[in-house]
Amino acid sequence: MAEPVLDIRSLKKSFGAVVATDGVSLDLREGEIHALIGPNGAGKSTLIHQIAGTIRPDSGEIRFLGQDIGTLGVAERARLGLGRTFQVSSLAHEFSALRNVMLAVQGSQGSSFRFFRPVMDDASLKEPAMAALERVGLANRAGIPAAELSHGERRQLEIAIALALGSRAFLLDEPMAGMGPEGSQALTAFLDGLRQEAPILLVEHDMEAVFALADRISVLVYGRVIATGSVEEIRNNPTVREAYLGEPA
Amino acid sequence: MTRERTVNLVLLLLVPAAALAAQAIGETFYVTLATRIAILALAATGLNIALGLGGLVSFGHAAFFGIGGYAAGILATHAFNQEPLLFGLPGSKQMLVIWLTSLVASGLVAAVIGAISLRTSGVYFIMITLAFAQMIYYFAISWPAYGGEDGLSLYVRNSFPGLNTLDPMTFFLICYGLLVLGLLVFATLRASRFGTALQASRQNPTRVAAVGITPYRIRLVAFILSGMVTAIAGALYADLNRFVSPSMLSWHMSGELIVLIILGGTGRLFGPLAGAILYILFEFVLGGLTESWQLFLGLILLGVVLFARGGLIGLLAGKERHG
Repeated sequence: MAEPVLDIRSLKKSFGAVVATDGVSLDLREGEIHALIGPNGAGKSTLIHQIAGTIRPDSGEIRFLGQDIGTLGVAERARLGLGRTFQVSSLAHEFSALRNVMLAVQGSQGSSFRFFRPVMDDASLKEPAMAALERVGLANRAGIPAAELSHGERRQLEIAIALALGSRAFLLDEPMAGMGPEGSQALTAFLDGLRQEAPILLVEHDMEAVFALADRISVLVYGRVIATGSVEEIRNNPTVREAYLGEPA
Repeated sequence: MTRERTVNLVLLLLVPAAALAAQAIGETFYVTLATRIAILALAATGLNIALGLGGLVSFGHAAFFGIGGYAAGILATHAFNQEPLLFGLPGSKQMLVIWLTSLVASGLVAAVIGAISLRTSGVYFIMITLAFAQMIYYFAISWPAYGGEDGLSLYVRNSFPGLNTLDPMTFFLICYGLLVLGLLVFATLRASRFGTALQASRQNPTRVAAVGITPYRIRLVAFILSGMVTAIAGALYADLNRFVSPSMLSWHMSGELIVLIILGGTGRLFGPLAGAILYILFEFVLGGLTESWQLFLGLILLGVVLFARGGLIGLLAGKERHG
């Protein structure tokens, strides 16, 4: 079998006496959606931070496309094709939706030290950015400053940015958070198709979406992966039911 | 035409019109006043790249202003005394040579100051830039070869090929021409890929890193460009006064540049010019009425910060719209 796109081995991270990540190993394979679920405080966000590069693990290895990325910074990992969305939307709020996506196109081209040509006349930035906005259904809001977009639209914009980055893997941190049922359904349908382009590591609390989308699910409790398996396996796993789904075994 | 463009155009024409009118009625003092406006606006336009676009509150831009000033003073002194400068190179009375020297010297110093200070942010950044500028200030004070505390006089204003720089109007036009060039640099940067990354780094550095751009590098280049523009203004200021002193390097000067930008409108293309016009007018009008005019300036600044965040430009042209 081909090497996984993202391969995490025995990752550990403690904050003082609290072990937030306790020997986590998991991988993300081409074409799949791998969902990461777990109760609040299980260490999902800490894990995402370590993969994205904002937090350094104490030990363990993170390999992306066959390369050890443990020592790389956030920007370098993004340039390799690790596209993430944030749990709380993180945008350049004064810029329009379009210019936010154009920034990502610019980042993926590695061309930020160009001082003369106005970006707004630059088709090589604008066209891919508009295409990404169209895919998430935000094209008609392209000119609106990010600060004036609705909550759901900002979530869509985060996805458009990750698309425009030409990501080789997506790291989506609760993309459905705060979206209405309609928005969640539309996003679920969209992510369903997206896995063909690049695999998705999906952290999500919306179980309906997780069960509809995931090829595999890993359950994180107290910093440990207590189970990994298909939707059926996880649903029927007594340990998981007890620890997480809140039912007595 | 948007409202901001109209306001900008009026401001752009106002200063030369005032200078020409003053020249016509033989009041060359006002031409000098207009020249000061142009020079201060250029210095603040430089700072506006770091502060306005990048959100980098440098409290040490006097360092670059002073480096430009000393470049003019030192080169002119050596040329006048016909003493070689470094490595047997002669001094120069040519503005073009002086400007080039200012650019190189300030660029190098800004690279060093920026590389260290940009590892910090917020109030630490403010303090470190201040500390660097004060170091250079005390160095200038204790350097007797170039006047030390007393400063350095230029015997005659430096020259520009084909122009009589001693004529106040001609010198004003040189300064104003450079201001317009500085504004063009600012506007071009702001609209470019680099400017996009710089402004995004102010709004949300986490987002910038997540799309593969390292904010530190962007900020460092911005800081260097910013210092270089301010240095050119310093060289002109030395030529205007035919005098350079450590006061050009002092923290008062750094503060004055920040005040200009806040008065005019932070990050706005014409903020520095609007601020410089206001500042010089206050100094001239209020300064004529009372010794303690800066008290009133302080009150006005307080008013701007509390009630008119966008400064004069914001008041006249409304909120800024980005692409």
